[in-house]
Order: sequence, then C-alpha cells, then structure tokens
Amino acid sequence: MNIAAEKTLLEGLAREDKGTIEKIYRDNYNIIQSLILKNSGTTDDAADIFQEAMIVLFEKSKSPGFELSCNVKTYIYSVCRRLWLKKLQQMQRFSKQTDDMEQVMPVEEDLEMHEKRQNDFFIMENAMMKIGEPCKSLLEAYYIQKKQMQQIATEFGYTNADNAKTQKYKCLVRLKKLFFAQYKNGL
Amino acid sequence: MDDILLIDAAERYVKGEMTAEEKSYFEELRKNNPELDQSVVEHIFFFNELNKYTDTRNFKHNLNETVAKLTNEGFISKAPLKGKAKIVYMWNRSKRTIAVAASIAGIVSIFIASLISMTSNKAPNTTTLLVEKLDERLDKQVDKTRQIERKLNTLAAASATTPPIEIKPSKFRATGFLIDNTNNFIVTNAHVVREAKNQLIVENNKGQQFLAEAVYVNNESDLAILKVTDRAFKKLAPMPYSIRKTNANLGEQIFMLGYPKSEIVYGEGYVSAKNGFRMDTIYCQLSTSANEGNSGSPVINKNGELLGIITSMETNAAGVVFAIKSPNIYNAVEEVKKIKDYEKIKITSAPSLKGIDRESQIKKVQEYVFMIKGN
Repeated sequence: MNIAAEKTLLEGLAREDKGTIEKIYRDNYNIIQSLILKNSGTTDDAADIFQEAMIVLFEKSKSPGFELSCNVKTYIYSVCRRLWLKKLQQMQRFSKQTDDMEQVMPVEEDLEMHEKRQNDFFIMENAMMKIGEPCKSLLEAYYIQKKQMQQIATEFGYTNADNAKTQKYKCLVRLKKLFFAQYKNGL
Repeated sequence: MDDILLIDAAERYVKGEMTAEEKSYFEELRKNNPELDQSVVEHIFFFNELNKYTDTRNFKHNLNETVAKLTNEGFISKAPLKGKAKIVYMWNRSKRTIAVAASIAGIVSIFIASLISMTSNKAPNTTTLLVEKLDERLDKQVDKTRQIERKLNTLAAASATTPPIEIKPSKFRATGFLIDNTNNFIVTNAHVVREAKNQLIVENNKGQQFLAEAVYVNNESDLAILKVTDRAFKKLAPMPYSIRKTNANLGEQIFMLGYPKSEIVYGEGYVSAKNGFRMDTIYCQLSTSANEGNSGSPVINKNGELLGIITSMETNAAGVVFAIKSPNIYNAVEEVKKIKDYEKIKITSAPSLKGIDRESQIKKVQEYVFMIKGN
C-alpha cells in the first residue's frame, strides 16, 4: 500500500476536491456495484450505498487526528458491505450470505458514529424545512452557498447588510429552537 | 448581554474569528456567569451541528455532480439488466399476460380501427399541435415596439462591417432548447419548422433575436434540429441538464419551461403514461397544462435529466399533453452526424441541477430555452 498516495487521496477528500471524488468513484464504483448486484440489489441500491460510504469516508477524513489503518479501497469495500448487509436485513430479503469475502475491516464503530451524524443531519434538515421562507433561503445563502452579507442584502431586497444580518439572527434563533425541540425528543 | 450579541459572539468563537483579547474577555465572562455560560455552550453546540450539516450538504451536492458526470460518460450505468438476460426475464414473468393479450388482441384492434375511422370522419385530429399562430392585431403593438427597437439596432449596427439582415415580423411562436453549446444546435418540433416559410428566428430570455436554419427535419418523429447561424450569438456554457437515454418512468415528477406567451413560463406535472396518443411509442403522456407556443419545450425531472419535448395535447381531455421521449434526440443527432459540415454535432452537458432547489434550477435552465419564431 502506497501510504503517500492514500494520504493525498484522503486530504483531497477532506478539501472536497472534485478530482479526488471522481478518482475514488472511478477506482471503486464497479467493484461495489457488482458486489451489490450479486447480492440481490439493483444499480440504484449500488448508487445509494456508494454515496453513503463516501460520506462515511468524508466524515472520517475530516475528523482530527484521523488515520486509516488500511487503504481506501478496502475501507470503502468494508463499509459498503456492512451497509448493504444491514439494509438486506431491514428489507428481509436476506436470501444469500455475501460469499465473496475480501480482506474486510471492522467498521462497526465508524458506522455507529456515522448513524448518529446522519440522524443529526436529518433533524437539522427537518428544522430547515420547517422555518419557512424567507428564512430558509436566507440561511442557505449564508451558510451553504457562503455568500457575503452585502450580496444577500441585494438579492433579498434588504436596504443594507445590517438589516439582512438582523434578519439572519432572527431566523437562526428560530432554527435553533426547532432543532433542539426535535433533538431532545430524539435522544 | 443581548441575545443577538451572544449568538454573534458564539458564532465568531466557533469560527475562530475572535482576536486574542476578545477571546480572553469572552472566556472570562463565561467563567463568572454560569447562566450565560450555559447558553453559550448551547449556542456553540448548535453552531457545530449547523457546520456539520452544511458540510454534509455541500459534499452531497459535489457527489451528485460527480455521479451525473460519470453517468453521462457512461461509466456508471443505470440500466438494470442488459441484453438477453432481460428479455428472457421479461418473457418468463409476462408469459401469462401475453397469452391473454393475444386472445383479446383481435377485439381491441377492431375497436381501435373503428374508432379511428369514426374520429377521422368527424374530426381529423383530436390532438392539437402547440405552435401559436400569432394574431396580427393582438401582436401589432408588440411588433411596433420591436420594429422601433430593430430600427434603432440597425442604425447602431450601420457602422458595423456586415450589413444586418432585416428580421421580419413573426407569424408563429414556439419553443426550443440547446443541445450542443459548441456548435449551437437547438432542438424543436418538426411542425414548428414547417411554419417558417422565409426566416427562422430564435430569441433568448433576454429578448435578443438570432437567425437560425433547420439542418434536420423529421416529420415522422416530429423532431427538428436547428443551427444558430447568426454570428452575434454568444456561446453558452455546456447545458446544466443531461439528456436521458432511457424512457421516462411512470409517475416521475417533471417541470418544463416554454414560451406560450412572449415571456418564459414555468409549468409542473408528472408522467402519466409511457406511450402517447393511440399508443404511439415515440411519445409519452404527461399530466400538466400546456398551451399553444409550448411546442418544443424541454421536460425535465427533479434531478435535471431531460426526459422529453412537449409536442401536442389532447383536445378532448384537459391536462393531457404528449411529449417526444428523449432517446429520440440521440437518434436525430446520429442522423445529423451523417450530414456534410455537421459531423461535429455532440450533446454537450455538464449536469449541475441535482440536489438544488427548483428556483435555482430554473435560473440555470432558462438561458438554454429559446423562443422559436419565424415568418
């Protein structure tokens, strides 16, 4: 295993570099697709599972002091395999055990953490859906599209950046309330 | 401390935007005021969650773009099963249905035959093509202002080297969309092109007009490909939508953009049947509303895949609209490749619509949808 190359790959991923994302897809997608097709899945299932594995790897690459104990290929394979087995169990079409065992890493801990994060993600997404307009667009413009306050003020028709900023805080307070209302329920 | 100030401070603290002095003051404040500290902890927790959320969302968006690109290249295939395997599988599954269908086929075809003869006697066509013939009186005013604009443009262009070709008033209006940004090829309906006896004009969403010529007209599939010949036409970036190679799925939510009036109009609906009028397999059926002028409008799903081209609607039933299925575009492009001088035609897309909200999708697509006019 070429440690330097693997490290570049993970650093690229943490930066959300498009070339890196594409490379990981090109190097791994077909293996995962055939794994899932062989085990009573569809091409759509393969796309979903692969995307989730990418997110798991992305979360891991961003966590401080992180090191991968195997190469990216093995890691993705292990995560996909685990995720798919779990999904099969949920759907109860657990007809055939996956037989083509390659070197598989224990990934349970990572997946548990991922599940927790995914849960948080959905709570935030739900809260975002519920705050309504113009709050949703305003917060998305600032936090997701990372636009400047001045630009947001012009686009949304506020007379100046300070007014837009005040509105943003009001929206933020509402979002926070909605988030915690659900977050505390979920625990 | 004011609540807004506190949020602001917490946000800057999380982002690491505070100066060292500010930071130590802030930490001191928290130490001495447990109540305030509690609320700061909550804010910080919330901002961390929000950051994680935005990271994941942006990352997902990136992933979707990569997948769209690779799917477009054919690296990722969405087709469920390939070749023989699929046919055998379908046959096994539908053996019984096919047998039943065969036994009643006779009745059905007779019924359809009589239906056709009945309708063809009374009303020769129960579908209406959606080209709008412009009423001269109604559009006189618009034309007048256009003429004035044009005169001004001609005056302004008089100093330019090439003498401008005069664009005459239009007699019809329909829609078309770009499929090749390097060679400026636009797709629309064949019945639209047939209306143009003299000039064929495309107009973008900013109201600029350009001359075009038809390079391919297929009356059978009702598809036509135009090339914008006007030198003034500015090249656009590759299209944000991709053109799907497989047929539309039943129930798929769709939207469309077109020119049923002199400005661009948005519409929504869903795929309601896999085949068109009288089971015509070139078309699929949509449940939406379309008007004259919508002919040639692109039909796009939520992931930014172009599924069809609006062509006609049923006159006897409301909300039944027919669209040519997108794989036909690929066939037409293959035909154009055989024509001398047009071998270079290529569907160019850089999909970027997946995972973004509808308003942003429309903003990206509308530049690529043109009004097709002519006289």
